[in-house]
Amino acid sequence: MVTGQSRVARLVLPVDGRDHVRGPADAPATLVEYGDYECSYCGLAHPIVEEVQRRLGRQLRFAFRHFPLAEIHPHAQPAAEAAEAAGAQGRFWEMHDLLYKNQHALDDADLLRYAQALELDLTRFVSELADRTWETRVREDFMSGVRSGVNGTPTFFVNGVRHDGPWDADSLIEALMARARVQV
Amino acid sequence: MAETGILKPATPAPGFTLHTTPDQMVSLSDFRGQPVVLAFYPADWSPICGDQMTLYNEVLPEFRKHHAALVGISVDGVWCHGAFAANRRLHFPLLADFEPKGAVARTYGAYRAKEGVSERALFVIDRDGVIRWSYLSPIGVNPGADGILEALESLEPAPSLASTRRQA
Repeated sequence: MVTGQSRVARLVLPVDGRDHVRGPADAPATLVEYGDYECSYCGLAHPIVEEVQRRLGRQLRFAFRHFPLAEIHPHAQPAAEAAEAAGAQGRFWEMHDLLYKNQHALDDADLLRYAQALELDLTRFVSELADRTWETRVREDFMSGVRSGVNGTPTFFVNGVRHDGPWDADSLIEALMARARVQV
Repeated sequence: MAETGILKPATPAPGFTLHTTPDQMVSLSDFRGQPVVLAFYPADWSPICGDQMTLYNEVLPEFRKHHAALVGISVDGVWCHGAFAANRRLHFPLLADFEPKGAVARTYGAYRAKEGVSERALFVIDRDGVIRWSYLSPIGVNPGADGILEALESLEPAPSLASTRRQA
């Protein structure tokens, strides 16, 4: 019988072609965030991740996966699906940034407004949201997180191992330096 | 203190009856015939967004695929539990190990006498009332749900492929 007193939480779904990724595929360091667009802590993490990306440059690959806590954040699931719908039109990261910069305006009308601002094909965007086209994809992200030991939002993985410490930019960079050969 | 450790697999799960609301009691024996996930945690109102009970609430459909019941237990009283459960929109009972304080946690070896709270300890109990998996997490680390799901899967044949997708 399983009885682990020293579990190390590891990413069970490696970063691959299904992921939304910023940075080179062969970067020595990979940072994965499981996040929720309505979670205020994830909102705080957003500029921090941007800073880490800025400071590590091409040494870092960053992937974002959805982990909507839908019971406490009623807008999180539609927002995640909106990001995927934008991603289907090649604008995932632009939508991602807009959602985090406008965390308190995530109603359906707001999502449509952001799609408009990104000049997406609105007919397609609206129908994909209405049809719940991306619900399964978001759930796959969520379950991959559950299986990997995601325990709240945001949860970070540094080269495949859950990062349990603080997630200010210095701490994340320190963890990345410890697990991958990167320099600032 | 829990230095002696939490109860290990193959141990019969100690029975209990605790309040979940001012006029409702829950007993472990209520769940006989189905697996039970027992999640001891230190306190309601953990100040982080994705706290442990909130996470389990979201994973509840996965537990239910194994016909498992989930209960949270802390030393908080029923009124505190009620407010917390309503705030986090929890769909499973929180039990008040309140009087005598921590008595149930003690029987599972999951009480921190110095702080007066329970450990962050998980138990998966099979349909016959025997502990099949237990895990003590560092008190500051939310253990997540992966270990629970693995333990539930080890209780029975793997669920069908279709159940890896969310049920409609």
